Amino acid sequence: MPQVSMTVNGRKVSGEVEGRTLLVEFLREGLRLTGTHVGCDTAQCGACVVHVNGNSIKSCNIFALEADGAEVTTIEGIAGKDGSLSVVQAAFQTHHGLQCGYCTPGMVMTATSLLKENPAPSEAEIREYLEGNICRCTGYHNIVKAIQAAAAELGSNRVAAE
Amino acid sequence: MPDGGIGASTKRREDVRFLTGKGRYTDDYNRPDQTYVWFLRSDVAHGRITKLDTSAAEAMPGVVKIFTSADFTTAGGIPAGWQIHDRQGEPMKEPKHPILAEGKVRHVGDPIAAVVAETRAQARDAAEAIEVDIEELPAVVDMRAALEAGSALVHDDMGTNLCFDWGFVEDNRDAVDAAIKAAPHVTTLELVNNRLIPNAMEPRVALGDYDQADDQHTLYTTSQNPHVIRLLMGAFVLSIPEQKLRVVAPDVGGGFGSKIFHYAEEAFVTAAAKVVGRPVKWTSTRSEAFMSDAHGRDHVTKIELATEKDGTFLALRSTTLANMGAYLSTFAPSIPTYLHGTLMAGNYKTPQIYVNVRAVFTNTVPVDAYRGAGRPEATFQIERVIDKAARELGIDPIEIRRRNYVTEFPYQTPVAVNYDIGDYNALMDKLIEIADVAGFPARREESAARGRLRGLGISSYIEACGIAPSNLVGQLGARAGLYEAATVRVNPTGGITVFTGSHSHGQGHETTFPQVVASMLGIDAGSIEISHGDTAKVPFGMGTYGSRSLAVGGSAIVKAVDKIIAKAKKIAAHLMEAAETDIELKDGRFSVAGTDKSVAWADVTLAAYVPHNYPLDQIEPGLEETAFYDPSNFTYPAGAYACEVEVDPETGVVTVLGFAAADDFGNVVNPMIVEGQVHGGIAQGIGQAMLEAAGYDENGQITTGSYMDYAMPRSNDVPNYKVDHSCVTPCTHNPLGVKGCGEAGAIGSPPAFVNAVLDALNSGGIKVDHINMPLTPSRVWAAIQAARA
Ligand code: FES
Ligand code: FES
Repeated sequence: MPQVSMTVNGRKVSGEVEGRTLLVEFLREGLRLTGTHVGCDTAQCGACVVHVNGNSIKSCNIFALEADGAEVTTIEGIAGKDGSLSVVQAAFQTHHGLQCGYCTPGMVMTATSLLKENPAPSEAEIREYLEGNICRCTGYHNIVKAIQAAAAELGSNRVAAE
Repeated sequence: MPDGGIGASTKRREDVRFLTGKGRYTDDYNRPDQTYVWFLRSDVAHGRITKLDTSAAEAMPGVVKIFTSADFTTAGGIPAGWQIHDRQGEPMKEPKHPILAEGKVRHVGDPIAAVVAETRAQARDAAEAIEVDIEELPAVVDMRAALEAGSALVHDDMGTNLCFDWGFVEDNRDAVDAAIKAAPHVTTLELVNNRLIPNAMEPRVALGDYDQADDQHTLYTTSQNPHVIRLLMGAFVLSIPEQKLRVVAPDVGGGFGSKIFHYAEEAFVTAAAKVVGRPVKWTSTRSEAFMSDAHGRDHVTKIELATEKDGTFLALRSTTLANMGAYLSTFAPSIPTYLHGTLMAGNYKTPQIYVNVRAVFTNTVPVDAYRGAGRPEATFQIERVIDKAARELGIDPIEIRRRNYVTEFPYQTPVAVNYDIGDYNALMDKLIEIADVAGFPARREESAARGRLRGLGISSYIEACGIAPSNLVGQLGARAGLYEAATVRVNPTGGITVFTGSHSHGQGHETTFPQVVASMLGIDAGSIEISHGDTAKVPFGMGTYGSRSLAVGGSAIVKAVDKIIAKAKKIAAHLMEAAETDIELKDGRFSVAGTDKSVAWADVTLAAYVPHNYPLDQIEPGLEETAFYDPSNFTYPAGAYACEVEVDPETGVVTVLGFAAADDFGNVVNPMIVEGQVHGGIAQGIGQAMLEAAGYDENGQITTGSYMDYAMPRSNDVPNYKVDHSCVTPCTHNPLGVKGCGEAGAIGSPPAFVNAVLDALNSGGIKVDHINMPLTPSRVWAAIQAARA
């Protein structure tokens, strides 16, 4: 079986995979990083979103071998080393942007990407960007609120740093 | 009052693990030496299995064993948990639901064989190598056709596709017929409550393990009620006594009803783990979920409302066909009957009501409870026919509702239930305020200026939560009790573990239940832990569904804490050499009334476990109490909802611009969580009304088998919601005065949405009486074209 190597959450990892092994399968079953979820088999729900070389992608939609040599960040790599929540994670908790938590890793990864690309998104832009992430629990209201709050906080952090 | 007690929007403690990827969902569990199962499922809706040859597949790499129905000859069928009696008093038809198909397949997705292999991929590959021939039979899909003479039969031995013909209340039938005949005005509506697929984001998973050393089975499963699974599967399917069977439902990624039921895959992995001597794991794909998770709704109804000319309701008659699918799922028979017929009074004092429901078998996936379960179906009929009556009679839709609201409580409905308390006018007043109904005409003009039709839709709803009491539901055919259990274990140094039979799969029990206990004891909620979801830890439990957790499960916790306090006061009295009746508990301290003597909570708890100075002649050491709570009545949350939409008359596209909900949930423990529950319910309701529908073609092929075809509400389909729960009439018969909030949003919102679209069209001069859900652009456009023709 072919060998695949990548850096996941800052750690070099490698393993044997089949050609058909998806990146999400390698993460969940090979590396036991079970924070990344699978909610569908048609690349429609976004539960599996991770960052590959800085871009958010659906890890059910690429083969593990395609990520050979890549820098991958999963939900397990988002909080600080001391366990402190990122601004986006904390905003989801404060604004009750999660219920069952199943879509949450994908939502946090997607929201983190959004705020990197667009630090001050409008509500419409947030809703548009989340189009590939399904949440069955929250009705999206509080997810949008959480992302708005995170954007505001990151914005004021930036101002403070300048 | 400590921080984080009742009424505080405490942040959820469970969030930290979910936000950091540390949640423990069933698929995150793996057992040493585990195998994987892949189910070969029928790709035809109805047929006879003429050949099933597994020999080639058995030789495939990694295959451990292939199972067919021949391996389950001693197992029972998957049972129905509720028995309905028909109008003649005869019990419903109850066909066997085998773990794997026996001779016939009855819906697309019906499992035929199961391959256990070293890896999931190998199991899947081998399943494809099984040789199976199926002689296709005509598929029974349409409910009306299913009841015609000469229809193909889903279950040959039953001789009919009719599961039952139920009348409620049967003795009222003639009186209702007469009242409708004599009425000055009758409004009639034929409507469909569309079939939905629950789609919790976590697909179902079942992992069976068997320990030969002590003959113990363990099932890890995505369940809303692990004890119920243990009971149904152990007693009826696999004959495993409770003490030999542990069922664990860890973090569960949403349920909405679909994870209440006992499913064949759970029984399969439990039994197969013993046969192959290794753990067996099944993880559903989403594609499998579409054809194996129980679906919801699927009613075809004629509703007739008889009124005076001034809009006073005189009588209501509902005649419904309810789809059961191919087999009876766990609670399927109760949904269109006791969870639907009993709600047909709505918020109104309609004096005469009769409900007839014929339940029908078809070659489709079984249908069972989905968020609201029967109550959305009732509410939709009532609130739609009222809107139509208002239009016919020229009465404002808010006014016609007010004229008929129940205003005096307790109120005995003609459909058995007795509403203990409510204030529906106050809810409507609040709704008018938060939805800014006064400003609507100006908003409508603004839309009109852009060529759009703006509509405002109103609905009221009542729901019945916490089905009870057990002796009553037993008479109605329930095969289970509907109480809840809790054990409160106070540890020696004062911390507490609460074992609850309720199950959290998004509801936030780990946060709210400690809020309740903290308020009662006056100690910090942070020193209280919740344990749930494991039959080996929790004494017993009926689980979470029907918006019952706080009203029933919370009440059980309160009862157990009451017992703890009573015993702790005895200990405190002894420690302070005072009379027990003089002991007061406040802010985590016991004091003697009228003195400055006091002892801390932790002094008392330590004394209970280190009983050196202790009234051993009067009470036992230790501080742990269990309570079972069986409610004396349902709780009756109610609300008034408003939906505001804009319709593009050229394309039929509907945009939801606003949604407002005024709910009376009784007392609220954590407002933030309650509001989140309403948001999610509204989104599911808008999903049903605007987007979602499970489709079958005439051959019984499912036409919505993935998220490409089944339209889930996404972030830009729904608006921000205005929700209010400040109208409070506390429930009169549970200790917290709470009612339940989980399903309200999904119950009240579909009629508000549909009423809004019809208001937009009719007020724009396009006369349309009804459009069946989901109101997709093509349906709305077609209705506009038909009206204009
Ligand atoms: S699991 Fe990747 S998009 Fe659904
Ligand atoms: S929180 Fe449950 S799916 Fe989003």
